[in-house]
Amino acid sequence: MSTTPLIHLDAAQVRQARSLAKRAGAPVVKIAKNHTTVSVERATLRLAGLTGADHEGQPWVNHLVDAVRGQVGLEHGVTTPVYDALRRGVAPDLLTLAQQSTSGSVSFRLPEGRELAATQRTARAQVARGIRAIDAQRAARDRLIRCHGNPKQTPWIYLIVATGDIDEDIPQAQAAAREGADVIAVIRSTGQSLLDFVPEGATHEGFAGTYATQENFRLMRAALDETSREVGRYVRLTNYASGLCMPEIATLAGLERLDMMLNDSMYGILFRDINPIRTFVDQRFSRQIHARAGIIINTGEDNYLTTADAVDAAHTVTVSQLLNEYFAKEAGLADWQLGLGHAFEINPEVPESFRLELAHALLARTLFPDAPLKWMPPTKHMTGDVFRGYLLDGFFNLAGTMTGQGILLVGMMTEAVVTPFLSDRDLALQNVRYVLDAAGGLREDFHPPRDGFIQTRARHVLGEAVDLLDRITTDGLLNAIADGTFGLMKRPADHGKGLEGVITKAPGYDNPAVTLLETGATR
Amino acid sequence: MTNRKHLRDTPRKLTPQIVRPYGDTTGDGMIQVSFTLPLPHDKRAEGAALQLAKKMGMDPALVVHAKPIGPDFTFFVVYGSSNHLVDLGQVHVQEREFPLLSPKEVNLAIKRGMRRRLVVVGASIGTDAHTVGIDAILNIKGFAGEKGLEYYSEITVVNLGAQVLVPDLVAKARAAKADAVLVSQVVTQKDAHIHNVSQMTAAFREAYPAGKVPLLVAGGPRFEEGSADRLGVDRIFGRGTTPSEVASYLVHAVVPPATPSRKKAS
Repeated sequence: MSTTPLIHLDAAQVRQARSLAKRAGAPVVKIAKNHTTVSVERATLRLAGLTGADHEGQPWVNHLVDAVRGQVGLEHGVTTPVYDALRRGVAPDLLTLAQQSTSGSVSFRLPEGRELAATQRTARAQVARGIRAIDAQRAARDRLIRCHGNPKQTPWIYLIVATGDIDEDIPQAQAAAREGADVIAVIRSTGQSLLDFVPEGATHEGFAGTYATQENFRLMRAALDETSREVGRYVRLTNYASGLCMPEIATLAGLERLDMMLNDSMYGILFRDINPIRTFVDQRFSRQIHARAGIIINTGEDNYLTTADAVDAAHTVTVSQLLNEYFAKEAGLADWQLGLGHAFEINPEVPESFRLELAHALLARTLFPDAPLKWMPPTKHMTGDVFRGYLLDGFFNLAGTMTGQGILLVGMMTEAVVTPFLSDRDLALQNVRYVLDAAGGLREDFHPPRDGFIQTRARHVLGEAVDLLDRITTDGLLNAIADGTFGLMKRPADHGKGLEGVITKAPGYDNPAVTLLETGATR
Repeated sequence: MTNRKHLRDTPRKLTPQIVRPYGDTTGDGMIQVSFTLPLPHDKRAEGAALQLAKKMGMDPALVVHAKPIGPDFTFFVVYGSSNHLVDLGQVHVQEREFPLLSPKEVNLAIKRGMRRRLVVVGASIGTDAHTVGIDAILNIKGFAGEKGLEYYSEITVVNLGAQVLVPDLVAKARAAKADAVLVSQVVTQKDAHIHNVSQMTAAFREAYPAGKVPLLVAGGPRFEEGSADRLGVDRIFGRGTTPSEVASYLVHAVVPPATPSRKKAS
């Protein structure tokens, strides 16, 4: 990606933008480090190998975490009381312990002194097995990429399937890959983000999407491995680490070798009214998992532009990208893992809308030269006029290739009209292929003049972004979110869903997963 | 295509009683359709497309484009003349009883008519765990390219989420001084949606003095049109309802017009 930048930005201003983002984000990271959540603790138990659910579908990790919380609290982490109980021989294994805990027959306690140290060693050894499983999946991905190869072109072509039924998703995803998709995203069922548990098993009844479950992940990855062999390139799989179970879903993604995860630092707060503290704590843990698993995250800045005006709010996208970058790097993600989002959402009736789009896309490209930017198609200004929509998608594809975007989500002319037909997807891929074949090298010849419309606009947006970051740093990020700075939504830090699942850590808090993720240790 | 100036100069003709689609000549009946058949692309598939076109009333029909989509499907574009006639006398439309307003107009109407924010409490009730319907209408993310009611500066939204018990809904509605209560029902097994909504309306009528009950609105894909009275709600919204329709209806039903003559219609 790193070629000579197409637009010139003031290096001092860029440095200032990053340092402001850091100043805005650092207090939030501090809060994240001082808290844990029920979902972080459940994710830790999943790493230790606890899977499955009771006959009503309630996962055993939920039962065990709830039982521990009810008796001794989660302030010290879930693993210490759990492995203390196992060491005392209360139950032979985690699963049995979880089952017994539902009947209230297990009493948990917090060990001390030598017992505590021994318990923590046991917990670490068990959780480390999950971390090593994630490491092994990362190595397997590297091996498969060496064997099958990466996509021949950039941007990578990203397609969505969403039938609600994993058995229907699989053939659709395989067909999409055969037709040229490099990345398959399985959209989740509406409402999953607000479930405080991860459903279990293969599922067949989602709404406008398929539930993210470990088994669905496994089935889809296996199917795409088969297709990768067939098409001679490694086909990547994407899902969503968002909502109340973000840390657990990130963990399952690492264990089942998903390749990309939607993982925005503020999406859940703004668009799902999830408590900000819950989100930032869950966020940090899930990003640490993604970093370890070699997963590319996709951030959700495109969403701001669907609520606010894409020209007026262009700088909020830049601000969010800078914050997402700060939070991502703090959690250990590398530049190549940052699929920072942005979108082609300017009203086509606005004069020079395409030049404005190019300016915004180039600003992101220049600010984040080594990140595989995620370029999102028009949705807000797509109407039932599918013919006009098809033209708009063509311009979107052109802007994507001219500005060197890394991941291109294929736009459908039936966006906001119907669930895409098989033929819509085929037409959309033809659109992408035509543009990439016809103009794939255009970037080489495209040098907007330094004092021209595009460069001037890009610098103007950066200036607005720096001003906004400055205000956020003064106010505090949590206050800015509470005041409706992003996407117009007001989300105070003491409101929102999932707040009851946030716990302040005690001084003796221990979570072996966090230790292993932060130190890079394997044992 | 032809002489536009000439068209402009012609006085507007009366609409005839019978019309046909217009391609480039009055009465030519020309239409275009596209579809996919689950057949590999060959002569037989094109014949099948032609047969379908004829059965749809296109005669003569012309398959202008046929393209395989993978080994098992073929995509077709067909042009042809539709032999159906449209009798305008037989066209019946159910008019929306309220005008569709933009978010700006909704906000303005509330500001002028109520001088305070309109309070909407929403939930999915009973055992129904699906927030898809209520979220589509309430969450700022919205539906079909429209923002949800949260986006409206003059509407206060209290979204209680899924599986809300009816007594809780009533209590929350009272606490929030709700002007309107929106409930969504997706699950329809054993007519659960009808049962739940009837139970809900009964509870509201019991808890509120007569004439003070907030506007009750039910939404979901399986409610029958015209069953609002039977269920005891003020209105039913079906599949594909967008937030702006709901917002416009709320203004129509709850907000007194800026001139103080009309009464609250609830």
